[in-house]
Amino acid sequence: MKLELSRVVQGRGRLGVLKELGKTGQHSLEVPGCLLHTHLGAVPHLTRDTLHTLSNLPSVTQVTLSNIAEHQEVLEEFKDGFRRFAGLHNTVLYCSLHDPATPCPTGYNTTKTVSVWGSGGRIELTVAKFMALQKTVQPDWYQSMADGETWQSGTSRKRVRKSVDRTLAHLDECLLVHQNSQELEGVEVFGVVEGGDILEERVRSGRETAKRPVAGFCLDGLQTGSMDQALRTQLITAVTKELPEDKPRLLQGVGRPDEVLACVEAGVDLFESFFPFQATERGCALCFGFDVSSDPELAGRAPPAVVELAEEKTASGETRQNGDSNPADQSRMTSFEIDLKDKRHRDDFRPLVEGCGCYCCVNHQRAYLHHLLVTNELLAGVLLMIHNTAHYHAFFRALREALANDKLDVLKRRVLGEGGGQTERNE
Amino acid sequence: LAGRCSRVTLRLVAECSVTKARACDLILPHCAVSTPVFMPVGTQGTLKGITVDQLEGLGCQICLGNTYHLGMRPGPDLIEKANGLHGFMNWKRNLLTDSGGFQMVSLVELSEVTEEGVKFKSPYDGEEILLSPEKSISIQNSLGSDIMMQLDDVVSSTVTGPRVEEAMHRSIRWLDRCIAANKNPDKQNLFAIIQGGLNAELRKVCLEEMTQRDVPGFAIGGLSGGEEKDDFWRMVTLSTDHLPREKPRYLMGVGYAVDLVVCVALGCDMFDCVFPTRTARFGSALVPWGSLQVKQKQYAKDFQPIDPECQCPTCRQHSRAYLHALFKSDTAAMHHITIHNIAYQLTLMCSVRQSIVDGCFPEFIRTFMKRMFPSRDQYPGWAVDALASVNVPLE
Repeated sequence: MKLELSRVVQGRGRLGVLKELGKTGQHSLEVPGCLLHTHLGAVPHLTRDTLHTLSNLPSVTQVTLSNIAEHQEVLEEFKDGFRRFAGLHNTVLYCSLHDPATPCPTGYNTTKTVSVWGSGGRIELTVAKFMALQKTVQPDWYQSMADGETWQSGTSRKRVRKSVDRTLAHLDECLLVHQNSQELEGVEVFGVVEGGDILEERVRSGRETAKRPVAGFCLDGLQTGSMDQALRTQLITAVTKELPEDKPRLLQGVGRPDEVLACVEAGVDLFESFFPFQATERGCALCFGFDVSSDPELAGRAPPAVVELAEEKTASGETRQNGDSNPADQSRMTSFEIDLKDKRHRDDFRPLVEGCGCYCCVNHQRAYLHHLLVTNELLAGVLLMIHNTAHYHAFFRALREALANDKLDVLKRRVLGEGGGQTERNE
Repeated sequence: LAGRCSRVTLRLVAECSVTKARACDLILPHCAVSTPVFMPVGTQGTLKGITVDQLEGLGCQICLGNTYHLGMRPGPDLIEKANGLHGFMNWKRNLLTDSGGFQMVSLVELSEVTEEGVKFKSPYDGEEILLSPEKSISIQNSLGSDIMMQLDDVVSSTVTGPRVEEAMHRSIRWLDRCIAANKNPDKQNLFAIIQGGLNAELRKVCLEEMTQRDVPGFAIGGLSGGEEKDDFWRMVTLSTDHLPREKPRYLMGVGYAVDLVVCVALGCDMFDCVFPTRTARFGSALVPWGSLQVKQKQYAKDFQPIDPECQCPTCRQHSRAYLHALFKSDTAAMHHITIHNIAYQLTLMCSVRQSIVDGCFPEFIRTFMKRMFPSRDQYPGWAVDALASVNVPLE
């Protein structure tokens, strides 16, 4: 893969294209961008027909060993790699260790092993097993095995240091196997930067990882809920100083729009797109605005959500403070979405988001979604997933456009709401 | 055919010269429906997990909505505001709603049937509700379905004695009240439901009476509820013997493949059942040779599609092994099987229809049975008898 940057502004982010992706080298991904989060190759709730109502999906599909590891034997017998097994076509396959949507229990990693959690329970991975999995999955690119259990607050310095050391050791071992495996020829490896919330460890991890022959870097242990954004920004900024400019940085476990914006400014190129799924599971629809067109009529149109959010915030008493929640409690609604189970939507015949061209917004109304949620119907998940995915990826498009046109501040105001979310009332 | 402002027209395309089967075009307000037809059930204004586009893509021309459930949530007023059930769920083809009678009795505790209607306690707020013929029709008028069912006095097919006769006569009286209450006879077709349990005499009385009413179609009710199959088919064939040729016959609650094929031979045109879609969610895929439990271990390494000859999106894209694995990770697995099962049912009906049109339905039946059962002695006895009764002996 080759990262071609068109703009780099310190503290304001990078804009460019990640080219020559995939073994055939024919795919590319614009950055800042996100990968397509899946469960075993399926975007949650969606079959190919419903998925293909969406256009402009990312060219990189993310699968996770937490879903795949338990099927190792099946894949080995199948022989033709995960892509064929899942019926995926024309996409770059990226294999991560964990599912960012489902943080797993901690305390199980050892010096030589890390654990993932499948449907049947914990699966322990040595580097040998990890690499055997990669050889059978046959991704286009994967993250190296890493010990990232440092996102809990109060993790000791000693533990953090161990995670950095172990992760580097795992990386070296992985690379050794990789370089000697014909099955992995042409496959790219990302090194993983650890270091918890300790600046020196973060810098050390970044510096050391950068010495290895990796194609890019995953930033781990910075998941939503593990620390407030100010610290996250500080750590990412320090780490990226140690990393080569021409290799991409993928931030794991961060997906909330406000955090995405801040992390882009700190130097992150890629994100995992699990946030739409989490909103879907809450029965919520993403609706935050990101329209920064200079058309005054459009620009003046506040997303309906802003009005409702103000009310909902006081009603439920929910505030969204960075560092307030922990990764295990990702079920809390954010201010970027509306709760369709709320009675106010019962007879609201508007689409989820006015002007959204997704299948759900073109064909259905809030009242119908409300009904589906109240009656626990499976279609709710399908329709919300379609909308939330469309909305989220459109946000990234808007982000790239804003960076290209020097409108990042305008975008930030639009996404975060002027002065904390109470802007013009709009019906 | 000249009924009072009836909007459904049945065009007989072909009649089997051996059995009582027919192939028809049912012209309904939203589109034509080719019969014999299997109607998938979308209880609460949705087919579980499937978009209307997907349903349309599978060739479905008519599906069901449930008056009881929708009448409770979100209620007829909201649906009327949404331009009827068609508008609410955005389904552009035909809808059939049942009356709510069956759910009332099967789902709800302490329901009490009187001449007025069925009294019961709402499961959502404990309120006492009366579902009368007038109320049922009123809800269905709000739903705006193309075909509505009368409220019938539903009695389990395993009940015997005077209650069955009482229910049969009451159903006739309720039919008249439903006809009178229908605000929309131009656009909504009210079907009668023949009752009488497993008693031939009672059935005949019901048939005699109900066929005198000017309704656009007839359902055969009170069956498919746990009775012996030997009694079941006899009531079906008795009913079709006495129903007018030029009006559709809807056999309620029937959906197993064998039952469908046999009952088409006995003269039925329309069928509905939750079975195919419900069983899909448990990982059970319907195939010409029975069913396949995708979640079972034996399919973990089975890399062929569910049915190599099936043209549905699921079979064209995915293997049993993948679906087996996917069931452990995501709900999408259920949707894949649901799509396949609907495709299976609709394709089956399509093939049945084509064979009637081509004049080879009896041959179709034999081939179908051979494929479905490993050997002749495994053919269900009732099916053999039923088919024999319409001149299709099975070797």
